[in-house]
Amino acid sequence: MTVRKPYRRSMAGWWRKNPFFVRYMLRELTAPFVAIYAVILLVGLVRLAQGEAAYDAWFAALTHPASIAIHWLLLVAVVYHSVTMWQVMPKAMPPLKVAGRTLPELGVTALGLLATLTVSVMVYALVRWL
Amino acid sequence: MVETRTIEMEVLRYHPERDAEPHLQSYQVPFAHDMSVLQGLQYIKDHLDGSLTFRWSCRMAICGSCGHMVNGVPQLSCHTFLRDYFPGKVRVEPLNHFSILRDLAIDQNDFLKKLESIKPYIIPAENKPVESGEFLQTPAQLDRFYQFSQCINCLLCYSACPQYGLNSDFIGPGAMALLHRYNADSRDAGRAERMPIVNAEEGVWSCTLVGYCSEVCPKGVNPANAVNQNKMNSALDYFLSFVTSRGGGR
Amino acid sequence: MNPKRSNAPIFWSLFGAGGTLAALVGPILVLITGIITPVGLWMPQAALSYERILTVAQHWAGKLFLLAVVSLFLWHAVHRIFHMLHDFGIHAGTGAKLLCYGSALLGTVIAAAALLAIGF
Repeated sequence: MTVRKPYRRSMAGWWRKNPFFVRYMLRELTAPFVAIYAVILLVGLVRLAQGEAAYDAWFAALTHPASIAIHWLLLVAVVYHSVTMWQVMPKAMPPLKVAGRTLPELGVTALGLLATLTVSVMVYALVRWL
Repeated sequence: MVETRTIEMEVLRYHPERDAEPHLQSYQVPFAHDMSVLQGLQYIKDHLDGSLTFRWSCRMAICGSCGHMVNGVPQLSCHTFLRDYFPGKVRVEPLNHFSILRDLAIDQNDFLKKLESIKPYIIPAENKPVESGEFLQTPAQLDRFYQFSQCINCLLCYSACPQYGLNSDFIGPGAMALLHRYNADSRDAGRAERMPIVNAEEGVWSCTLVGYCSEVCPKGVNPANAVNQNKMNSALDYFLSFVTSRGGGR
Repeated sequence: MNPKRSNAPIFWSLFGAGGTLAALVGPILVLITGIITPVGLWMPQAALSYERILTVAQHWAGKLFLLAVVSLFLWHAVHRIFHMLHDFGIHAGTGAKLLCYGSALLGTVIAAAALLAIGF
Protein backbone atom coordinates (compact mmCIF):
# COMPACT_ATOMS: atom_id res chain seq x y z
CA MET A 1 0.00 0.00 0.00
CA THR A 2 1.25 3.51 -0.71
CA VAL A 3 2.83 5.25 2.24
CA ARG A 4 0.93 8.39 3.25
CA LYS A 5 2.83 11.70 3.26
CA PRO A 6 0.21 14.45 3.02
CA TYR A 7 1.58 17.74 1.64
CA ARG A 8 0.48 21.03 3.18
CA ARG A 9 0.69 24.13 0.98
CA SER A 10 1.69 27.56 2.29
CA MET A 11 -0.83 30.39 2.85
CA ALA A 12 1.80 33.07 2.19
CA GLY A 13 0.49 35.88 0.00
CA TRP A 14 -2.95 34.28 -0.21
CA TRP A 15 -4.80 37.56 -0.55
CA ARG A 16 -2.75 38.69 -3.54
CA LYS A 17 -3.70 35.66 -5.62
CA ASN A 18 -7.38 36.45 -6.23
CA PRO A 19 -9.08 39.80 -7.05
CA PHE A 20 -11.90 38.88 -4.65
CA PHE A 21 -9.41 38.71 -1.78
CA VAL A 22 -7.74 41.97 -2.84
CA ARG A 23 -11.13 43.70 -2.61
CA TYR A 24 -11.67 42.06 0.81
CA MET A 25 -8.33 43.44 2.03
CA LEU A 26 -9.21 46.91 0.71
CA ARG A 27 -12.47 46.69 2.63
CA GLU A 28 -10.66 45.73 5.82
CA LEU A 29 -8.05 48.43 5.23
CA THR A 30 -10.72 51.12 5.63
CA ALA A 31 -10.46 50.43 9.38
CA PRO A 32 -7.26 52.40 10.10
CA PHE A 33 -8.79 55.38 8.26
CA VAL A 34 -11.96 55.20 10.39
CA ALA A 35 -9.66 55.11 13.44
CA ILE A 36 -7.68 58.14 12.26
CA TYR A 37 -10.86 60.15 11.77
CA ALA A 38 -12.15 59.12 15.21
CA VAL A 39 -8.88 60.33 16.74
CA ILE A 40 -9.15 63.66 14.89
CA LEU A 41 -12.62 64.10 16.40
CA LEU A 42 -11.37 62.96 19.80
CA VAL A 43 -8.66 65.63 19.72
CA GLY A 44 -11.38 68.14 18.80
CA LEU A 45 -13.42 67.07 21.84
CA VAL A 46 -10.43 67.48 24.13
CA ARG A 47 -9.67 70.92 22.63
CA LEU A 48 -13.33 71.85 23.10
CA ALA A 49 -13.01 71.00 26.78
CA GLN A 50 -9.82 73.07 27.00
CA GLY A 51 -11.52 76.29 25.93
CA GLU A 52 -12.05 78.63 22.99
CA ALA A 53 -8.40 79.25 22.09
CA ALA A 54 -7.59 75.52 22.03
CA TYR A 55 -10.66 74.66 19.97
CA ASP A 56 -10.04 77.49 17.48
CA ALA A 57 -6.49 76.21 17.00
CA TRP A 58 -7.88 72.71 16.25
CA PHE A 59 -10.30 74.12 13.72
CA ALA A 60 -7.57 76.30 12.17
CA ALA A 61 -5.48 73.16 11.65
CA LEU A 62 -8.42 71.63 9.78
CA THR A 63 -8.29 74.48 7.27
CA HIS A 64 -4.67 73.65 6.39
CA PRO A 65 -4.34 72.26 2.83
CA ALA A 66 -2.60 69.16 4.17
CA SER A 67 -5.58 68.48 6.42
CA ILE A 68 -8.01 68.96 3.53
CA ALA A 69 -5.97 66.52 1.44
CA ILE A 70 -5.93 63.96 4.25
CA HIS A 71 -9.68 64.30 4.66
CA TRP A 72 -10.24 63.65 0.96
CA LEU A 73 -8.38 60.37 1.52
CA LEU A 74 -10.43 59.69 4.64
CA LEU A 75 -13.61 60.45 2.69
CA VAL A 76 -12.76 57.90 -0.01
CA ALA A 77 -12.02 55.31 2.68
CA VAL A 78 -15.17 56.01 4.71
CA VAL A 79 -17.37 55.98 1.60
CA TYR A 80 -15.84 52.62 0.60
CA HIS A 81 -16.48 51.42 4.16
CA SER A 82 -20.11 52.45 3.82
CA VAL A 83 -20.63 50.87 0.39
CA THR A 84 -18.96 47.58 1.36
CA MET A 85 -20.87 47.46 4.66
CA TRP A 86 -24.19 47.58 2.81
CA GLN A 87 -22.91 45.05 0.25
CA VAL A 88 -22.08 42.62 3.02
CA MET A 89 -25.11 43.35 5.26
CA PRO A 90 -27.52 40.95 3.47
CA LYS A 91 -25.15 38.08 4.27
CA ALA A 92 -25.36 38.90 7.96
CA MET A 93 -29.15 38.84 8.28
CA PRO A 94 -32.01 36.44 7.70
CA PRO A 95 -33.81 37.09 4.39
CA LEU A 96 -36.11 40.14 4.40
CA LYS A 97 -39.65 39.44 3.25
CA VAL A 98 -41.52 42.21 1.47
CA ALA A 99 -45.13 41.44 0.51
CA GLY A 100 -44.48 37.71 0.77
CA ARG A 101 -41.45 37.76 -1.50
CA THR A 102 -37.81 37.58 -0.44
CA LEU A 103 -35.87 40.78 -1.02
CA PRO A 104 -32.74 40.06 -3.10
CA GLU A 105 -29.34 40.96 -1.67
CA LEU A 106 -29.13 43.98 -3.97
CA GLY A 107 -32.36 45.23 -2.39
CA VAL A 108 -30.87 45.21 1.10
CA THR A 109 -27.77 47.01 -0.20
CA ALA A 110 -29.94 49.60 -1.94
CA LEU A 111 -31.90 50.20 1.29
CA GLY A 112 -28.64 50.67 3.17
CA LEU A 113 -27.27 53.15 0.65
CA LEU A 114 -30.61 54.99 0.75
CA ALA A 115 -30.35 55.14 4.54
CA THR A 116 -26.85 56.63 4.30
CA LEU A 117 -28.05 59.19 1.75
CA THR A 118 -31.07 60.15 3.85
CA VAL A 119 -29.06 60.46 7.08
CA SER A 120 -26.40 62.47 5.22
CA VAL A 121 -28.97 64.97 3.97
CA MET A 122 -30.49 65.23 7.47
CA VAL A 123 -27.11 65.80 9.13
CA TYR A 124 -26.15 68.40 6.52
CA ALA A 125 -29.43 70.24 7.05
CA LEU A 126 -29.02 70.10 10.83
CA VAL A 127 -25.50 71.50 10.74
CA ARG A 128 -26.32 74.10 8.12
CA TRP A 129 -29.61 75.45 9.36
CA LEU A 130 -30.38 74.48 12.93
CA MET B 1 -16.17 19.46 -40.56
CA VAL B 2 -15.26 20.84 -37.15
CA GLU B 3 -11.53 21.06 -36.48
CA THR B 4 -10.40 19.60 -33.16
CA ARG B 5 -8.68 22.23 -31.06
CA THR B 6 -5.97 21.44 -28.52
CA ILE B 7 -5.65 23.08 -25.13
CA GLU B 8 -2.75 22.89 -22.69
CA MET B 9 -3.69 21.53 -19.27
CA GLU B 10 -1.20 21.99 -16.44
CA VAL B 11 -1.98 19.57 -13.66
CA LEU B 12 -0.42 19.44 -10.21
CA ARG B 13 1.26 16.11 -9.60
CA TYR B 14 2.38 14.70 -6.27
CA HIS B 15 3.35 11.16 -5.34
CA PRO B 16 3.85 10.75 -1.58
CA GLU B 17 6.48 8.04 -1.95
CA ARG B 18 8.54 9.68 -4.68
CA ASP B 19 8.10 13.46 -4.46
CA ALA B 20 9.38 15.89 -1.87
CA GLU B 21 7.07 18.55 -3.31
CA PRO B 22 4.24 18.80 -5.83
CA HIS B 23 5.00 20.05 -9.35
CA LEU B 24 3.01 21.01 -12.41
CA GLN B 25 2.90 18.71 -15.43
CA SER B 26 1.71 19.84 -18.85
CA TYR B 27 -0.51 17.90 -21.21
CA GLN B 28 -1.85 18.73 -24.67
CA VAL B 29 -5.52 17.82 -24.67
CA PRO B 30 -7.68 17.79 -27.82
CA PHE B 31 -11.10 19.06 -26.87
CA ALA B 32 -14.59 19.45 -28.25
CA HIS B 33 -16.82 22.44 -27.53
CA ASP B 34 -18.78 20.69 -24.79
CA MET B 35 -15.87 19.13 -22.90
CA SER B 36 -15.52 19.87 -19.22
CA VAL B 37 -12.26 20.17 -17.28
CA LEU B 38 -13.16 16.79 -15.75
CA GLN B 39 -13.39 15.25 -19.21
CA GLY B 40 -10.00 16.80 -19.93
CA LEU B 41 -8.58 15.06 -16.86
CA GLN B 42 -10.23 11.82 -17.96
CA TYR B 43 -8.70 12.18 -21.41
CA ILE B 44 -5.26 12.57 -19.80
CA LYS B 45 -5.81 9.49 -17.66
CA ASP B 46 -7.21 7.40 -20.50
CA HIS B 47 -4.76 8.38 -23.25
CA LEU B 48 -1.75 10.28 -21.95
CA ASP B 49 -0.89 9.38 -18.35
CA GLY B 50 -2.71 6.59 -16.55
CA SER B 51 -1.09 7.50 -13.24
CA LEU B 52 -3.06 10.74 -12.82
CA THR B 53 -5.22 10.47 -9.70
CA PHE B 54 -8.40 12.48 -9.11
CA ARG B 55 -11.86 12.03 -7.60
CA TRP B 56 -15.05 12.19 -9.64
CA SER B 57 -18.39 10.49 -9.90
CA CYS B 58 -21.66 11.87 -11.25
CA ARG B 59 -20.30 14.26 -13.93
CA MET B 60 -23.34 16.47 -13.32
CA ALA B 61 -22.57 18.74 -10.37
CA ILE B 62 -24.56 16.85 -7.74
CA CYS B 63 -22.17 14.41 -6.05
CA GLY B 64 -19.60 16.97 -4.98
CA SER B 65 -16.59 14.74 -5.73
CA CYS B 66 -14.74 16.62 -8.47
CA GLY B 67 -13.83 19.87 -6.74
CA HIS B 68 -10.51 21.30 -7.97
CA MET B 69 -8.73 24.63 -8.26
CA VAL B 70 -9.05 25.69 -11.90
CA ASN B 71 -6.78 28.66 -12.62
CA GLY B 72 -6.80 29.49 -8.95
CA VAL B 73 -10.57 29.37 -8.45
CA PRO B 74 -12.40 26.54 -6.64
CA GLN B 75 -14.69 24.86 -9.16
CA LEU B 76 -16.49 21.60 -9.80
CA SER B 77 -14.42 20.36 -12.72
CA CYS B 78 -17.46 18.67 -14.31
CA HIS B 79 -19.15 22.05 -14.28
CA THR B 80 -16.24 24.01 -15.79
CA PHE B 81 -15.56 24.04 -19.50
CA LEU B 82 -12.29 23.97 -21.44
CA ARG B 83 -13.68 26.26 -24.15
CA ASP B 84 -13.89 29.12 -21.64
CA TYR B 85 -10.12 29.07 -21.08
CA PHE B 86 -8.94 28.46 -24.66
CA PRO B 87 -6.49 29.59 -26.03
CA GLY B 88 -5.06 30.11 -22.54
CA LYS B 89 -3.82 27.30 -20.33
CA VAL B 90 -5.96 25.45 -17.82
CA ARG B 91 -4.18 24.92 -14.54
CA VAL B 92 -5.77 22.23 -12.37
CA GLU B 93 -4.69 21.91 -8.74
CA PRO B 94 -6.08 20.18 -5.67
CA LEU B 95 -8.58 22.18 -3.58
CA ASN B 96 -6.80 24.82 -1.49
CA HIS B 97 -6.45 24.58 2.27
CA PHE B 98 -6.46 20.77 2.34
CA SER B 99 -3.44 18.48 2.54
CA ILE B 100 -2.60 16.77 -0.72
CA LEU B 101 -2.69 12.97 -0.49
CA ARG B 102 -1.81 12.27 -4.10
CA ASP B 103 -2.03 14.36 -7.30
CA LEU B 104 -5.46 16.05 -7.12
CA ALA B 105 -6.83 14.00 -4.23
CA ILE B 106 -7.01 15.85 -0.91
CA ASP B 107 -7.49 14.72 2.68
CA GLN B 108 -11.17 15.21 3.50
CA ASN B 109 -11.07 13.79 7.01
CA ASP B 110 -11.09 17.14 8.79
CA PHE B 111 -14.33 18.13 7.10
CA LEU B 112 -15.90 14.72 7.74
CA LYS B 113 -15.12 15.02 11.44
CA LYS B 114 -16.59 18.49 11.56
CA LEU B 115 -19.69 17.36 9.69
CA GLU B 116 -20.28 14.60 12.25
CA SER B 117 -19.73 16.98 15.14
CA ILE B 118 -22.59 19.32 14.20
CA LYS B 119 -25.15 16.49 14.48
CA PRO B 120 -26.38 16.59 10.87
CA TYR B 121 -29.76 14.97 11.51
CA ILE B 122 -33.17 15.93 12.82
CA ILE B 123 -33.24 15.87 16.62
CA PRO B 124 -36.99 15.93 17.32
CA ALA B 125 -38.51 17.43 20.45
CA GLU B 126 -39.99 14.04 21.29
CA ASN B 127 -39.53 10.62 19.78
CA LYS B 128 -42.79 10.09 17.93
CA PRO B 129 -43.60 6.54 16.82
CA VAL B 130 -44.12 6.00 13.09
CA GLU B 131 -47.82 5.30 13.69
CA SER B 132 -48.40 8.85 14.95
CA GLY B 133 -47.95 10.08 11.40
CA GLU B 134 -45.72 12.51 9.50
CA PHE B 135 -44.34 15.86 10.56
CA LEU B 136 -46.38 18.59 8.93
CA GLN B 137 -44.51 21.52 7.43
CA THR B 138 -45.78 24.59 5.63
CA PRO B 139 -44.03 25.98 2.52
CA ALA B 140 -42.89 28.93 4.65
CA GLN B 141 -41.28 26.57 7.17
CA LEU B 142 -39.56 24.70 4.34
CA ASP B 143 -38.35 27.97 2.89
CA ARG B 144 -36.45 28.76 6.12
CA PHE B 145 -33.94 25.95 5.63
CA TYR B 146 -34.33 24.71 2.05
CA GLN B 147 -31.44 26.70 0.57
CA PHE B 148 -29.02 25.30 3.17
CA SER B 149 -30.15 21.73 2.48
CA GLN B 150 -28.82 21.99 -1.06
CA CYS B 151 -25.22 21.50 0.12
CA ILE B 152 -23.45 18.66 -1.71
CA ASN B 153 -20.41 18.60 0.58
CA CYS B 154 -18.13 19.50 -2.32
CA LEU B 155 -15.68 21.48 -0.12
CA LEU B 156 -15.36 24.40 -2.58
CA CYS B 157 -16.35 26.77 0.25
CA TYR B 158 -13.52 25.47 2.46
CA SER B 159 -11.13 26.08 -0.40
CA ALA B 160 -12.50 29.57 -0.78
CA CYS B 161 -12.29 30.42 2.90
CA PRO B 162 -8.96 32.05 3.87
CA GLN B 163 -9.84 31.80 7.57
CA TYR B 164 -10.05 28.02 7.22
CA GLY B 165 -6.77 28.10 5.31
CA LEU B 166 -5.14 30.12 8.09
CA ASN B 167 -6.66 28.05 10.90
CA SER B 168 -8.02 24.59 10.16
CA ASP B 169 -9.67 24.46 13.60
CA PHE B 170 -12.38 26.75 12.19
CA ILE B 171 -15.60 24.76 11.82
CA GLY B 172 -15.90 26.23 8.33
CA PRO B 173 -18.69 27.39 6.01
CA GLY B 174 -20.05 24.01 4.87
CA ALA B 175 -20.47 22.52 8.34
CA MET B 176 -22.10 25.75 9.55
CA ALA B 177 -24.49 25.77 6.59
CA LEU B 178 -25.57 22.25 7.52
CA LEU B 179 -25.76 23.11 11.20
CA HIS B 180 -28.05 26.01 10.31
CA ARG B 181 -30.08 23.77 7.99
CA TYR B 182 -31.05 21.62 10.96
CA ASN B 183 -31.53 24.47 13.43
CA ALA B 184 -33.82 26.22 10.96
CA ASP B 185 -35.90 23.11 10.30
CA SER B 186 -39.22 23.24 12.19
CA ARG B 187 -39.01 19.49 12.83
CA ASP B 188 -35.73 19.92 14.75
CA ALA B 189 -35.32 20.75 18.43
CA GLY B 190 -31.56 20.25 18.74
CA ARG B 191 -30.48 23.91 18.64
CA ALA B 192 -29.25 23.94 22.24
CA GLU B 193 -27.10 20.87 21.61
CA ARG B 194 -25.42 22.54 18.64
CA MET B 195 -24.84 25.94 20.30
CA PRO B 196 -21.50 25.10 22.01
CA ILE B 197 -19.96 24.55 18.57
CA VAL B 198 -21.46 27.81 17.28
CA ASN B 199 -20.34 29.78 20.33
CA ALA B 200 -16.72 28.65 20.31
CA GLU B 201 -13.89 30.77 18.90
CA GLU B 202 -13.51 28.11 16.22
CA GLY B 203 -17.24 28.30 15.59
CA VAL B 204 -18.74 31.35 13.93
CA TRP B 205 -16.21 33.68 15.56
CA SER B 206 -13.35 32.72 13.25
CA CYS B 207 -15.31 34.11 10.29
CA THR B 208 -14.52 37.63 9.05
CA LEU B 209 -17.20 37.64 6.36
CA VAL B 210 -14.86 37.44 3.41
CA GLY B 211 -17.88 36.00 1.61
CA TYR B 212 -15.96 34.09 -1.04
CA CYS B 213 -17.52 30.84 0.15
CA SER B 214 -20.95 31.94 -1.07
CA GLU B 215 -19.40 33.19 -4.28
CA VAL B 216 -17.98 29.78 -5.23
CA CYS B 217 -20.80 27.54 -3.98
CA PRO B 218 -22.16 25.65 -7.02
CA LYS B 219 -25.54 25.14 -5.34
CA GLY B 220 -26.33 28.65 -4.14
CA VAL B 221 -26.32 27.55 -0.50
CA ASN B 222 -24.93 30.89 0.71
CA PRO B 223 -22.88 29.47 3.62
CA ALA B 224 -21.68 32.99 4.52
CA ASN B 225 -25.28 33.76 5.42
CA ALA B 226 -25.55 30.64 7.60
CA VAL B 227 -22.38 31.54 9.49
CA ASN B 228 -23.20 35.22 9.95
CA GLN B 229 -26.85 34.78 10.90
CA ASN B 230 -25.51 32.59 13.67
CA LYS B 231 -23.17 35.32 14.88
CA MET B 232 -26.32 37.17 15.95
CA ASN B 233 -27.72 34.00 17.50
CA SER B 234 -24.46 33.34 19.29
CA ALA B 235 -24.22 36.92 20.57
CA LEU B 236 -27.80 36.77 21.89
CA ASP B 237 -27.03 33.42 23.50
CA TYR B 238 -23.90 34.93 25.07
CA PHE B 239 -25.62 37.97 26.61
CA LEU B 240 -28.63 35.91 27.68
CA SER B 241 -26.32 33.50 29.51
CA PHE B 242 -25.48 36.30 31.97
CA VAL B 243 -29.13 37.07 32.62
CA THR B 244 -30.40 33.53 32.96
CA SER B 245 -28.51 30.85 34.87
CA ARG B 246 -27.81 28.79 31.77
CA GLY B 247 -24.76 26.59 31.80
CA GLY B 248 -24.29 25.71 28.15
CA GLY B 249 -20.62 25.17 27.38
CA ARG B 250 -19.03 27.94 29.46
CA MET C 1 -16.74 17.55 22.95
CA ASN C 2 -17.38 20.76 24.85
CA PRO C 3 -15.55 23.68 23.24
CA LYS C 4 -14.95 26.79 25.32
CA ARG C 5 -17.41 29.66 24.80
CA SER C 6 -15.79 32.65 23.10
CA ASN C 7 -16.01 36.21 24.44
CA ALA C 8 -16.02 37.53 20.88
CA PRO C 9 -19.69 38.63 21.07
CA ILE C 10 -18.72 41.65 23.22
CA PHE C 11 -16.23 42.98 20.71
CA TRP C 12 -18.28 41.92 17.71
CA SER C 13 -21.34 43.80 18.94
CA LEU C 14 -19.26 46.96 19.42
CA PHE C 15 -17.70 46.35 16.00
CA GLY C 16 -21.10 45.96 14.36
CA ALA C 17 -22.61 49.01 16.07
CA GLY C 18 -19.58 51.13 15.15
CA GLY C 19 -19.53 49.84 11.60
CA THR C 20 -23.20 50.57 11.04
CA LEU C 21 -22.91 54.04 12.57
CA ALA C 22 -19.83 54.73 10.44
CA ALA C 23 -21.67 53.53 7.36
CA LEU C 24 -24.57 55.89 8.08
CA VAL C 25 -22.87 59.09 9.29
CA GLY C 26 -19.18 58.55 8.44
CA PRO C 27 -19.16 60.04 4.95
CA ILE C 28 -21.18 63.15 5.81
CA LEU C 29 -19.20 63.82 8.99
CA VAL C 30 -15.86 63.57 7.19
CA LEU C 31 -17.21 65.80 4.43
CA ILE C 32 -18.56 68.42 6.84
CA THR C 33 -15.78 68.54 9.45
CA GLY C 34 -12.84 67.87 7.14
CA ILE C 35 -13.63 69.48 3.82
CA ILE C 36 -16.60 71.77 3.21
CA THR C 37 -16.68 73.69 6.49
CA PRO C 38 -12.93 74.40 6.70
CA VAL C 39 -13.00 75.77 3.14
CA GLY C 40 -16.40 77.41 3.60
CA LEU C 41 -17.99 75.62 0.62
CA TRP C 42 -21.77 74.98 0.98
CA MET C 43 -21.20 75.45 4.71
CA PRO C 44 -20.10 78.59 6.53
CA GLN C 45 -17.03 78.15 8.74
CA ALA C 46 -19.14 79.49 11.61
CA ALA C 47 -21.18 76.24 11.47
CA LEU C 48 -18.40 74.63 13.49
CA SER C 49 -17.67 77.62 15.70
CA TYR C 50 -16.66 77.15 19.34
CA GLU C 51 -19.92 78.57 20.69
CA ARG C 52 -22.08 76.42 18.44
CA ILE C 53 -20.23 73.16 19.06
CA LEU C 54 -19.99 73.88 22.78
CA THR C 55 -23.78 74.25 22.87
CA VAL C 56 -24.16 70.90 21.13
CA ALA C 57 -21.66 69.22 23.48
CA GLN C 58 -23.39 70.64 26.54
CA HIS C 59 -26.71 69.03 25.58
CA TRP C 60 -27.17 65.42 26.72
CA ALA C 61 -28.18 64.35 23.20
CA GLY C 62 -25.13 66.06 21.75
CA LYS C 63 -22.91 64.32 24.30
CA LEU C 64 -24.46 60.97 23.42
CA PHE C 65 -23.95 61.49 19.69
CA LEU C 66 -20.35 62.70 20.03
CA LEU C 67 -19.44 59.89 22.43
CA ALA C 68 -21.10 57.31 20.18
CA VAL C 69 -19.27 58.51 17.08
CA VAL C 70 -15.80 58.69 18.66
CA SER C 71 -16.10 55.56 20.78
CA LEU C 72 -17.94 53.23 18.41
CA PHE C 73 -15.78 54.25 15.43
CA LEU C 74 -12.73 53.28 17.52
CA TRP C 75 -14.21 49.95 18.71
CA HIS C 76 -15.11 49.12 15.12
CA ALA C 77 -11.67 50.02 13.77
CA VAL C 78 -9.57 48.19 16.37
CA HIS C 79 -11.59 44.97 15.98
CA ARG C 80 -10.99 44.98 12.24
CA ILE C 81 -7.32 45.95 12.62
CA PHE C 82 -6.76 43.13 15.12
CA HIS C 83 -8.31 40.55 12.77
CA MET C 84 -6.36 41.99 9.83
CA LEU C 85 -3.12 41.13 11.62
CA HIS C 86 -4.26 37.51 11.57
CA ASP C 87 -5.14 37.79 7.87
CA PHE C 88 -1.65 39.09 7.11
CA GLY C 89 -0.17 36.07 8.87
CA ILE C 90 1.02 37.99 11.92
CA HIS C 91 0.53 35.85 15.01
CA ALA C 92 -1.16 38.50 17.14
CA GLY C 93 -1.44 37.25 20.70
CA THR C 94 -2.78 38.66 23.96
CA GLY C 95 -0.37 41.62 23.78
CA ALA C 96 -1.71 42.80 20.44
CA LYS C 97 -5.27 42.20 21.64
CA LEU C 98 -4.68 44.37 24.72
CA LEU C 99 -3.05 47.10 22.59
CA CYS C 100 -5.90 47.18 20.06
CA TYR C 101 -8.90 46.99 22.38
CA GLY C 102 -7.07 48.91 25.07
CA SER C 103 -6.64 51.92 22.80
CA ALA C 104 -10.36 51.89 21.98
CA LEU C 105 -11.09 51.81 25.71
CA LEU C 106 -8.62 54.66 26.28
CA GLY C 107 -10.25 56.72 23.52
CA THR C 108 -13.68 56.09 25.01
CA VAL C 109 -12.54 57.16 28.48
CA ILE C 110 -10.86 60.33 27.17
CA ALA C 111 -13.95 61.25 25.12
CA ALA C 112 -16.23 60.67 28.11
CA ALA C 113 -13.94 62.72 30.37
CA ALA C 114 -13.81 65.60 27.88
CA LEU C 115 -17.59 65.58 27.49
CA LEU C 116 -18.05 65.58 31.26
CA ALA C 117 -15.53 68.41 31.66
CA ILE C 118 -17.48 70.46 29.12
CA GLY C 119 -20.41 70.30 31.52
CA PHE C 120 -24.09 71.06 30.96
